[in-house]
Amino acid sequence: MEHSVDHNTTEIAKPNVGHIWRTFWIMAAITAVEFVIAFTMPSSLLKVSIFVGLTIVKAFYIVAEFMHLKYEVKSLIYSVLIPVLFVIWLLIALIFEGGSIFHVR
Amino acid sequence: MATVAVSTTNEDKLWRGGVEPLKASYGKLMMWFFLLSDTFTFSALLITYGLIRFSHPVWPTGATTFSPTYWPIPEKVFNAIPFAHGLDLPLVFVGIMTFILIMSSVTMVLAVEAGHRMDKADVQKWLLWTIVGGAAFLGCQAWEWTHFIHGTDEGTLLPTGERIFGASLSQNQYGPMLFADLFFFITGFHGTHVFSGVILNFLIFYNTTMDVYQKRGHYEMVEKIGLYWHFVDLVWVFVFTFFYLV
Repeated sequence: MEHSVDHNTTEIAKPNVGHIWRTFWIMAAITAVEFVIAFTMPSSLLKVSIFVGLTIVKAFYIVAEFMHLKYEVKSLIYSVLIPVLFVIWLLIALIFEGGSIFHVR
Repeated sequence: MATVAVSTTNEDKLWRGGVEPLKASYGKLMMWFFLLSDTFTFSALLITYGLIRFSHPVWPTGATTFSPTYWPIPEKVFNAIPFAHGLDLPLVFVGIMTFILIMSSVTMVLAVEAGHRMDKADVQKWLLWTIVGGAAFLGCQAWEWTHFIHGTDEGTLLPTGERIFGASLSQNQYGPMLFADLFFFITGFHGTHVFSGVILNFLIFYNTTMDVYQKRGHYEMVEKIGLYWHFVDLVWVFVFTFFYLV
């Protein structure tokens, strides 16, 4: 046994991973639903919106649970989330642009 | 109510320095802000993809060939898996890749959780699985690129009469040139992030085995690299949706 800090003699707690696996199963289920929709629904604005919506739900689970942001201080949560509003704005603006270019072509 | 702001309120004590106002260490905070800036980069790439895609006409449903005028339907392009040449399995391989990356994210969270308990053995085990997952994803992406560049057996007959195979930066069998350009650019950028993530994960793994964090008293470094790894997974979720599903 190497003589490092006392940690070798203290009890190591048992893993507390229930919520981690729960989040994994939720993600797997959402991805499965996305696949089903990809092959059964005809291409439409509704289909795209459903995909974007489900992706945002998955993103929420990754950021809040896996990256632990849900459990951080409010100001940290806001300093990360509020700048993302700029991305939302860009998304909306450029989707309209793309449509306009298509009609002008 | 205090009339003169001479007294140090809780607000002052919080922001006057010497404490952590956001209750996170400098390293963790800076990692979050770096990830925010990287979010802007990838969002710009993906939103540009959306712009370019929606400015092109898309094949009406039931299309069976490719053409340089119409934007391709992704499930017609990405329908192969290794060792199954000729089988039409739309989006199966990319689904496997998504599963591998999400699994590696789960093993990363488990490594962080083990770090909280100062359980060196578990941290090593879960970090190793994360590295394996990341390397497997990179291998899959390399195969996907190779197949994309190589092209299908039949190729595509161009309006000029020439038959071309595969896609590169000078020709694209599957559709407009921009489709190939954006595919290489976006998945390439993402793949580079995965690659650097695997390297960093390995370095942290090595440090863990050398007792660096055990002696330090905390495994926060595992948490910070975990944030980066989850970001990489998050980007893939978006790339997968916008490139392959929409």
